[in-house]
Amino acid sequence: MTILANSETRVLVQGITGREAASFTKDMLEYGTKVVSGVTPGKKGHTVHSVPVFDTVAQAMAFETADAAIISVPPLMVKEAAQEALLGGIKLLIVVTERVPRRDTVEFLELARETGATVIGPNTLGLISPGVVKLGMAGGPVATVEKAYMPGKVGIASRSGGMTTEIANLLTTNGIGQSTCISVGGDPIVGSNFLELAERFNQDPGTEAMVIFSEPGGVIEEKLAQWVQENRVTMPIIAFIAGRFVDDMPGMRFGHAATIVEGDKGSTKSKIEVFEGAGIRVAHAFSDIVTILREVL
Amino acid sequence: MRLLEYESKQILKGYNIAGPRGETVSRGQETSFPPPAMLKSQVPTGGRGKAGGILAAQSAPEMGERLELLFDTPIHGFTPTRILVEEQIELRQEFYLGITYDTAAKLPVAVFSQQGGVDVEALAKQQPGQVVDMHFSPLRRLPSFQARELVSRAGVTGKLLIQLGAVFSRLADVFLDYDATLAEINPMGLAADGRLIALDCHLEIDDDALPRQPEMAQLAKEKGRFAGGRAVSDFERRAQEIDSLDHRGVAGRVIEFPGNLGLIIGGGGASLTAFDAVRQHGGQPANYCEIGGNPSVFKVTELTKHILSKPGVKKIAVIMNVVSNTRVDLVARGVIKGILESGGDPAQSVAVFRVPGAWEEEGFRLLSKYGVPYCDRTVSIDEAARRAAAATTAQ
Repeated sequence: MTILANSETRVLVQGITGREAASFTKDMLEYGTKVVSGVTPGKKGHTVHSVPVFDTVAQAMAFETADAAIISVPPLMVKEAAQEALLGGIKLLIVVTERVPRRDTVEFLELARETGATVIGPNTLGLISPGVVKLGMAGGPVATVEKAYMPGKVGIASRSGGMTTEIANLLTTNGIGQSTCISVGGDPIVGSNFLELAERFNQDPGTEAMVIFSEPGGVIEEKLAQWVQENRVTMPIIAFIAGRFVDDMPGMRFGHAATIVEGDKGSTKSKIEVFEGAGIRVAHAFSDIVTILREVL
Repeated sequence: MRLLEYESKQILKGYNIAGPRGETVSRGQETSFPPPAMLKSQVPTGGRGKAGGILAAQSAPEMGERLELLFDTPIHGFTPTRILVEEQIELRQEFYLGITYDTAAKLPVAVFSQQGGVDVEALAKQQPGQVVDMHFSPLRRLPSFQARELVSRAGVTGKLLIQLGAVFSRLADVFLDYDATLAEINPMGLAADGRLIALDCHLEIDDDALPRQPEMAQLAKEKGRFAGGRAVSDFERRAQEIDSLDHRGVAGRVIEFPGNLGLIIGGGGASLTAFDAVRQHGGQPANYCEIGGNPSVFKVTELTKHILSKPGVKKIAVIMNVVSNTRVDLVARGVIKGILESGGDPAQSVAVFRVPGAWEEEGFRLLSKYGVPYCDRTVSIDEAARRAAAATTAQ
């Protein structure tokens, strides 16, 4: 079982004629993902790896309805592309683009809440459900994906795109398969955070444990710990928190108002404390992820 | 990007949020501003008052003396190039007004307190009841009536409620129009004559929005707004130059550390992981860095030479997550070439090479040809880091 997408998910790629988008479209098709259309304004009638290109999302949806859209357009054009997808009926949006202004992210996430859509990213490599479907760049070409990923029962959510594959690789080389692996995105505000993904993994009968890769900054770990405690969540969650040395680096400061809201809780030390207090297992060395998984599975 | 106080106050003025009368003075410049006055060092850091960056002057000679003193006083490592000279204002009360993003709620949040001027972080912890907040929609903005709801919750009523509501609504306009990630007036003063006056203001602008904020982008480029900050070392500056030698991939973000083990690590998350792991195993990193995005052989070569040129560095560790875009063989070639050009032996100079992924067979072939100790994807990042630490501590 998978979360978010499956083998039937039909995918539209916005910005498909871009170099990067064309390249991950090819990788997705080879992995078996149903890429049904692409959109680049002004490029109607072209094809990219046999995928037909349209000028607008509405045209693409009239040709064949898509369930998910992947956005790979320049940063300042992301908000409009997201609005177009969401108003066009897309229910799963993957925003690959980096450097999207924060105000734009917040605006299209508000629209996504109104239309009932799920957003992954911005600044994400996408997601992979091994052997089933791959959305975005995650894992790279099929040959590399197949070495690092294998189907199984552990969900992965990572702030870092590269570490999504690294964790999958660690599990695969130790014979532990994965259900769905998500690069959540490196921005301070992302469409689906650890908490929201934990809720989904917890409801997925095909996922038995979840691994999280976390970095300094933000308060979402705290919210996750609270949720685990309040709901007596029994799904094992294993967290690895990178960047402990950043705690000792002067100059990594948050602004005043932000620390009020977040209560001065972005350090790795405090994240480890709240996790351990809530019964979330913290892997203190990277390969301990495997040791702990073997205990809990 | 953090704006200076006087830059922020200029923006507020355009939104009809008043500040004290004043002017900025550069070093050596005369001022005709009549005392008594407040003299405020223009540096991009908080806690200026406690650090001696804000002084009062009652007479013209005192003003001259204290201006000079301020120009010579670094505040948290920053030296001002301008001092803001402002009228002194008799206050009845001070408030806190702030707007930022709540990253968990994914919305802007307005924060208010009747106790401004103090350390609001500490206040929120000690007396949470004294600090109130409210989310708002970036699309509908923060209308005055909504701001009044917030301010009223803190116990403000009467004419002051109307004044504060209006000012808060305009501060939200500043926040959204300028793509700020923080807009804070602390303190907002209530003058004896009943006017609201922004005594200090702190704006942070989203770096990712600079392409559509030309005025702010111009400021960001301006040199000499202030001096100091975390000093970039010569070692780090040279690394930045290497990264800008060509546009292919990233081989930079180098931060210098005092150890003896050179690190070529990447991408972002894996760099954090590898650096922690090296230290956990007793290794002493000479640097932090992030490489990725398939850097050119040339860039990796230059970075390798640069790190090896650091006094005390005999060995380097090359550790990355499983790569799909970056090519293993190109990283390997760059590292080997860099060592050879530095007059070293790749078999001796590499503590460990752990970069699995795209083009790994070609990479591993090259590494074994030069006798470089490499490992494949079955060796974890922390095991690779342990080997690197062991190789250097045994020296």
